[in-house]
Amino acid sequence: MSNQKLKVVHYLNQFYGGIGGEDKADHHPEERAGVLGPGMALQAALGADAEVVATVICGDSYFAENIESALHTVITMIKAHAPDIVVTGPAFNAGRYGVACGAVAKAVFEELRVPVVSGMYPENPGVEMYCRYAYIVRTGNSAADMRKAIPAIANLVKALGKKEEVAPETHAYIPQGLRKNYFHTERGAKRAVDMLVAKINAQPFVTEYPMPHFDRVAPNMPIADARKVKIALVTSGGIVPKGNPDHIESSSASRYGKYDLQGVTDLTPESFATAHGGYDPVYANLDADRVLPLDVLREMEKAGEIGSLHRYFYTTVGNGTAVANCAAFAKKIAQELVNDGVHAVILTST
Amino acid sequence: MVKEIERAGLPVVHMCTVVPISLTVGANRIVPTVSIPHPLGNPQLTAADEKELRRRLVRKALRALETEIHGQVVFDK
Repeated sequence: MSNQKLKVVHYLNQFYGGIGGEDKADHHPEERAGVLGPGMALQAALGADAEVVATVICGDSYFAENIESALHTVITMIKAHAPDIVVTGPAFNAGRYGVACGAVAKAVFEELRVPVVSGMYPENPGVEMYCRYAYIVRTGNSAADMRKAIPAIANLVKALGKKEEVAPETHAYIPQGLRKNYFHTERGAKRAVDMLVAKINAQPFVTEYPMPHFDRVAPNMPIADARKVKIALVTSGGIVPKGNPDHIESSSASRYGKYDLQGVTDLTPESFATAHGGYDPVYANLDADRVLPLDVLREMEKAGEIGSLHRYFYTTVGNGTAVANCAAFAKKIAQELVNDGVHAVILTST
Repeated sequence: MVKEIERAGLPVVHMCTVVPISLTVGANRIVPTVSIPHPLGNPQLTAADEKELRRRLVRKALRALETEIHGQVVFDK
């Protein structure tokens, strides 16, 4: 083993694998010999110690919509190469890609028992879901950070390959929530008192056990009867009046839109489209009701199945958009909806 | 977004395809949908069938809004 090169298999989505953009996001799993896309820089950074022997590619939408079967195929492909280490991504702030990179990592960790290195922006949902199973290097929120992400990933791969000790502080990965026992030179009681004294004196100190941050909101009471209430539509799928009058960005949105639905009974291709850059827009542009179900809600309103539909709908693009932005938009939107006497909300996401 | 709407006191149902993400972001009432680029439609169906599919999903969302829950629930039946 010591004289052999470390064998690495690399997982990429359809974009980084060079298959295509969102129109190819339904691409089935496929494998290629050697490196592809960011794998070239990875191989260069790994040098002579390791070889990327194969690259497995899967479309982001295909993976997200067929998690079990896609994962099975991907893992079978990876396993055939008997890798020493698997690298997934980096996915930066791409949500579906991050989830795929994380799910592959979990399966590799559990089934193949080899370490996985990935790279993600800390807000990527893949981090919270899968950071226990992979060494996820902290990256920027877009591929512009590739230059820094690849060397960090390569360093971790090399260190893990040599069975060196790694830690979040020294190897720039996101903590996995693991606790490691060791003997401290001072007993706990003294350390606690020292910390307290430092706090009282407004001196800096570092906690030994950061409290986990849970932000859950309990469900509200249900509506008694949909036939008697006013319902509003909100979407993160980017449906906007054709021409996108408020110029909502196709990714990393900095704003949301509020649009009048009075008199509208159907979202036609002439009047509505999507501004979202994170999924294939063909289907939504042909019929935006596929994302914002206005047509059926109008019919249900007429038939008395719902009390009424709120006059306006709210929309933004949930594609790499900062969590803080989304929360701020929704806070304003929710306040307006409450003020306008809305009772319940249907929020659609792509 | 869904969490902030809930926080403001409005019951909200999240209709989306990637349920694990919805669970991670903290939605409480979740209705799984068809596919990422067309959550509430299916271009392979006839226009009438597609609309019926959409109607069924929206009805499911309304039933979710009428259901008392005490934590995250995926309405997949």
